[in-house]
Amino acid sequence: MTLTAKPPLVEIRNLTKKFKDRVVVKDLDLCIYPGECLGLLGPNGAGKTTTIYMLLGLVRPTSGEISIFGESIPKRLKHVKLRIGVAPQADNLDPDLTVFENLLVYAAYFGVNRSIAKKRADELLGFFALKNRSDEIIQHLSGGQRRRLLLSRALINAPELLILDEPTIGLDPQARHLIWERLENLRSQGTTMLLTSHYMEEVSRLANRVLILDEGKIVAQGDPGEMVADMIGSEVFEVTDSPKKLDALEETLRSCKVDVERVADRLFIYAQESCTELETMAISLRHVSKRPANLEDLFLKLTGRTLREN
Amino acid sequence: MWLLFYKVWLRNASVWRKHVRASLIGNLGQPFLFLLAMGFGLGRQIPQIEGVTYLQFIGPGLVASAVMYSGSFETMYGSYTRLTTQRTYEAILMTPVSVEELALGEIIWAATKGILSGLIMLAALPLFGLIPSPWILALIPMLFLEGILFASLGLIMTALASDYEFFNYFTSLFITPLFLFSGIFFSISAMNPVIQKISLALPLTHAVNLSRMLCYGRIGPDWPIHVLVIIILSVFCAWIAIVLIRRRLIL
Repeated sequence: MTLTAKPPLVEIRNLTKKFKDRVVVKDLDLCIYPGECLGLLGPNGAGKTTTIYMLLGLVRPTSGEISIFGESIPKRLKHVKLRIGVAPQADNLDPDLTVFENLLVYAAYFGVNRSIAKKRADELLGFFALKNRSDEIIQHLSGGQRRRLLLSRALINAPELLILDEPTIGLDPQARHLIWERLENLRSQGTTMLLTSHYMEEVSRLANRVLILDEGKIVAQGDPGEMVADMIGSEVFEVTDSPKKLDALEETLRSCKVDVERVADRLFIYAQESCTELETMAISLRHVSKRPANLEDLFLKLTGRTLREN
Repeated sequence: MWLLFYKVWLRNASVWRKHVRASLIGNLGQPFLFLLAMGFGLGRQIPQIEGVTYLQFIGPGLVASAVMYSGSFETMYGSYTRLTTQRTYEAILMTPVSVEELALGEIIWAATKGILSGLIMLAALPLFGLIPSPWILALIPMLFLEGILFASLGLIMTALASDYEFFNYFTSLFITPLFLFSGIFFSISAMNPVIQKISLALPLTHAVNLSRMLCYGRIGPDWPIHVLVIIILSVFCAWIAIVLIRRRLIL
């Protein structure tokens, strides 16, 4: 990898965070290299947002070390934050200000010169298709427009590192695709990104490297395509039938090199390589669907299908 | 390292400019109404106190109480809204502004609102027959410090609050008693010595006494005590407020 040849922009070593007795992040090691988009995946409560908050000094680590741009956190927090842009998961736009004022006031926190800030705000509103909403108050914006403004705001200081915590959460497909396009554009310009998301499609599309987090620990990491191929295989069959038929099917597939998983009256078959029994089955049974393996299969395999609610 | 507080101040000022009228009426309505009701209403039936009419007597105290109300309410209702529902603090802490600068900016902003209310009350005093002495120039910095003191107390409450109802304790059990028992409406020197001692323990008493001295231009011998108490309390409370806000925001 050419990307990993350069020194990392973000380096996390042995990071642990406990809230009272609850361990939220456990011995986490993580690097983000210049120019890459690192996707941080994990179920609710896996420690993604806590990790981001530790990078920003909003949560104090229990132990471990963080360095960003080669400077240690939280000691050099102020200097480091000048060069970071954040689009948080929870909308925290300033409702007392208009769209344009939100950008200008935020730029002022970074010490961006007012005329430069105005120019940048104009460009960003154009880039995120918000130009005609410039003087609107925040309450009048749609969910998608608020998200786009949040992203514009994250870029107002021309950051070298962009942190995106669930950038398209709760948006309709149109709004989501618009944002993806813009983020791809930024990535191709070389902006380094840390992205968390629950939309596997989003991560597959934007991230060069994925890190799957569960219960505060890394359970897998690598190139998303390679990881799926290595750990899941190329194809997935989903069979719905009576439990008896499924039992029989599982029996016949013993000789094949496949992983199977039963969820209620549904059988998932993850094929590492082709196998005649599998092909016969696919033709003979009616309720079978065959599709390429994806990141979601890997995610569910690694983190399980049980609901994660705090 | 504490310089970015003025960015927070500027943010609040630019929001405030949008609702100047509502904000000023909200802050000044109460002391003005008291001045009218007590001064004109009750005052007519009261002989002179300390050589001035009742209206002239309560005017300077109401200047001090206007600062207290504006300052503390801003860091309670205003700051709590920015801390919780609006998430403005979280957004600010994602920038180079530190939590200390944020808290300091909020306190100084609220003190600014406080002093503004105080100045408007001062400017209105001639309407009630009280022409302030030139000494009020010295009163202005003291009112600002008083604003810091009550803004800090309000921010301490915000740091501890779990909902808006929490502020009722502070308002009913602290602010209102201060308003009534800090010598705004009656002369403390006429009370028995125990009550005089108790009233000196109330922070507003010192601001009221100073305000009266400087408005009339009659500087009493105990002015250094009043000044000292206000300075020490404002610095101490601001420090506590910053510590508590940091504890609330940085987990």
